[in-house]
Amino acid sequence: MSLFTRKPLAPLEYTKRLWLRSWIAAVTLFLYAPLLVLFVFSFNDSKANVVWRGFTFKYYAKLFKNDGLMSALGNSLTIAFLATVVSLVLGALAAVMLWRFRFPAKAGVEGVMALPIVVPEICMGVAMLVFFAAIEWPTDLPWPLNLSAITIAHITFCFPFVTMVVRARLANFNREEEEAAKDLGANEWQAFRDVLLPHMKPGLIAGALLAFTLSLDDFVITFFTSGPNTTTFPVKVYSMVRFSVTPEVNAVSTLLILLTIILTTVALKLQNIAGDAGAHK
Amino acid sequence: MQDWKTQRSAFAAIATAPTLWLLLFFIIPLAIVWAYSFGSNDGLTSIKISGTFANYARALEPLYLQIFGKSVAVAALTTLICLIVGFPVALAISFATPKWKPWLLLLIMLPFWTNLLIRTYALLSLLGTRGVVNQGAEWFWGAFGLAGMFGPFEPLPLLYNNFAVIFGLVYVHLPFMVLPLYAALDRLDKSLIEASLDLGAGHWTTITRIVAPLAAPGIISGLIITFVPALGSYLTPDLMGGTDSQMIANVVERQFKRANDWPFGAALSFLLMYATFILIALQALRNRKAEAGR
Amino acid sequence: MSEPIIQIRNVTKRFGNMVAVDNVSLDIVAGEFFVMLGPSGCGKTTLLRMIAGFELPTEGQILIDGQDMAGVPPNKRPVNMVFQSYAVFPHMSVLDNVGYGMKIAGVPKREIRERAEESLALVKLDGLGARMPDQLSGGQRQRVALARSLVMRPKVLLLDEPLSALDAKLRAQMQFELADLQDKVGITFITVTHDQDEALSMASRIGVINKGQIAQLATPSDLYEYPANRFVADFIGSVNIFEGKLSVDEPERAVVDCPEIGKIYLNHGVTGPHEASVWAAVRPEKMMLCKPGEAVGRDAPEGHNVANGIIKGMSYLGDCTLYEVMLDSGRMIRVSRANLSRFDQEDFTWDDKVSLCWHPSSPVVLLA
Repeated sequence: MSLFTRKPLAPLEYTKRLWLRSWIAAVTLFLYAPLLVLFVFSFNDSKANVVWRGFTFKYYAKLFKNDGLMSALGNSLTIAFLATVVSLVLGALAAVMLWRFRFPAKAGVEGVMALPIVVPEICMGVAMLVFFAAIEWPTDLPWPLNLSAITIAHITFCFPFVTMVVRARLANFNREEEEAAKDLGANEWQAFRDVLLPHMKPGLIAGALLAFTLSLDDFVITFFTSGPNTTTFPVKVYSMVRFSVTPEVNAVSTLLILLTIILTTVALKLQNIAGDAGAHK
Repeated sequence: MQDWKTQRSAFAAIATAPTLWLLLFFIIPLAIVWAYSFGSNDGLTSIKISGTFANYARALEPLYLQIFGKSVAVAALTTLICLIVGFPVALAISFATPKWKPWLLLLIMLPFWTNLLIRTYALLSLLGTRGVVNQGAEWFWGAFGLAGMFGPFEPLPLLYNNFAVIFGLVYVHLPFMVLPLYAALDRLDKSLIEASLDLGAGHWTTITRIVAPLAAPGIISGLIITFVPALGSYLTPDLMGGTDSQMIANVVERQFKRANDWPFGAALSFLLMYATFILIALQALRNRKAEAGR
Repeated sequence: MSEPIIQIRNVTKRFGNMVAVDNVSLDIVAGEFFVMLGPSGCGKTTLLRMIAGFELPTEGQILIDGQDMAGVPPNKRPVNMVFQSYAVFPHMSVLDNVGYGMKIAGVPKREIRERAEESLALVKLDGLGARMPDQLSGGQRQRVALARSLVMRPKVLLLDEPLSALDAKLRAQMQFELADLQDKVGITFITVTHDQDEALSMASRIGVINKGQIAQLATPSDLYEYPANRFVADFIGSVNIFEGKLSVDEPERAVVDCPEIGKIYLNHGVTGPHEASVWAAVRPEKMMLCKPGEAVGRDAPEGHNVANGIIKGMSYLGDCTLYEVMLDSGRMIRVSRANLSRFDQEDFTWDDKVSLCWHPSSPVVLLA
């Protein structure tokens, strides 16, 4: 009987309509199917990755024994960590500069700060390659200094994103709080430390996560600035995909997907906590 | 907002590091590339900047012009498909109940945060001649006895051609399109839709004549932030395209990594930049006119 | 005789081409509750912020307790401010908020706690020290801001539109509490507001500010009964203003000929130039509404302080009724009539012909 007595839909409840729901289901399937396939086949006991032959963990085990892959992972994590720390500092400074001060050519500076976000990755990669070659950046430094070129490139394209995120957070700061701190005796630095910085915290956390993800995931720019001894994880996976498709690639991919999900969940959790703390704003 | 002169030392402490970094590691590298685009190879290792336009001239030869044209067409088609597929999705999310909204958004955006390389590789597994889609089609063929009518099963050529590149680009860029569309639709005053329905318009008319025009700025944002990365895309055409599915980025990469023709690569790279800048400038101009008109 | 604790000397503040404060000079006496009253954008908040040190005067000097404040930053001035948004730090508890200024000053921990709790008790928030600001109501947050400023023992407390964010009932209550608090603590309070009821009820002295200049400086009753110019007369309460010529001006009486209402007779002199154009202001509650022909101008010669009209509008406000009366000349005026008995509001209604009269002490002659 419930098939025939449906609750009538309000005119604006588009989301409840069947065709829209089917559309979303189809799009979701489209987006997730390839990833699911990857996940499933990472347990496939077959070298050729084509027919299901049995469930196994062996390719995950092989992964961890793959020295090239592991060292590439180590490089990626190191670069991401360093890049995040420096991007956070630069990005926060730039955000405060743009939010707080009026200065000549400000519109121009704002534009330039936004450029790394907008410029096609290949152009940036090329520019970095050309730059490091032109100034003859040393290529035979010991680890971790040999990662410096890549790290510098990453910082350059990451910190404008941090600026963007932190600036959005600064936009809803009540300036009277800063004035109140000064009124109560705080000097410029104390007011910044005690009032502005705590307000910026959620933005800084979000910015750090964003920078970390961007750095870890980057391929094109790293492709142009890395060398044989300084491979990063995505670059290594690329060569595995391009030249020798081994089943470990499925396992690696699955792990990366899981890592993304975990990081995203953590980010959201932090956003919620920070959001609640500043909710009364 | 205070004038920088009122607190010179604080301003200097805050502004120096980021501006200096951008100058040193962004502006200067780009400037060098720009200079190289007017140069030529001088022996094996150095480049002489001679102020020549030869590289740009070469870039505009039919061979490369065709690649440019194809890249633009591919990016445009990708953007169009993303718009058509993404608009209903954005519509659905913006009209969802507050309980579901964040989850739906997360659902659509999660693949976006997954590594691009992984996503593209996943498509390879799916679309290959022995990939899941073809295996499924083969099973379908067999299960419904179509071999009798149409002959033995021929795997669908889903990879290493233009179809694959567009499919891959849409797959990668769809979430890029949904987010600004959603933001624009979410900001829309719902009572306008109710007013339109109250005056007798049907849903389709309301969407085309009320919703779309009002959400236009957001739609255009979405178009641009989908088109620009699609145009400069490297991985997808590289991994999924065939020899005739090259896009600009692939040509640039070849100049730098294999052909060792840096000046030419620089010119190509900058042509891509100019195209990007023009689009962004147009968008900024439109925004400023909208602000002024308000 | 109290010393002026704040001296504002010829202070002007310009923002680009716009003059926010125009050559203002003002002395504020220690211990008084001074209110700066004026419409939005008149410069009163700018003046307050200049005292606090958040804006610097383009010209002129500000002295606090005899000391020139030029070059003294806000964190070193002996004044404290309660901001319009309260500006309570959201990431610190109530107690930490109140203790912040003391912590910066290096006061020992035990003393911080004692004084902070004392201050919270003063504003009736005792026991709430551990709460976070987002757990408090707007009114409670304001008290935290008050406690936070008062605990610093400033010489002067500045308040920026303290009651504007509160609902009507709370506003009425806080008016009493603030005046009471000031009395108890004994320091000088300077408040900025656009609400004349607030100003009249709390202030010991009011400075009315219009377009960056002081329109009048007086006690609340002087401001209401003896406005110095049309702006003040109109800004404070309602008023009927008639333009006219000063025809008689003697020490004990004066007469103003107003085309709109006839001759207005005053029982005191005006000291204005003879035959000059002046304005006579009469408050709505000072005009008596009578049946036609029954109005008799008291203590005035025949025909003076009497007018006729028709009731064109009526607003019953419970304790009084406001009438809009159109005079014979076509001019509309306001008359307010207290409902002294239960049936008073039924005495007059729309389109009734009426006559009006007023006492010769009621009108105020304004020269500006």
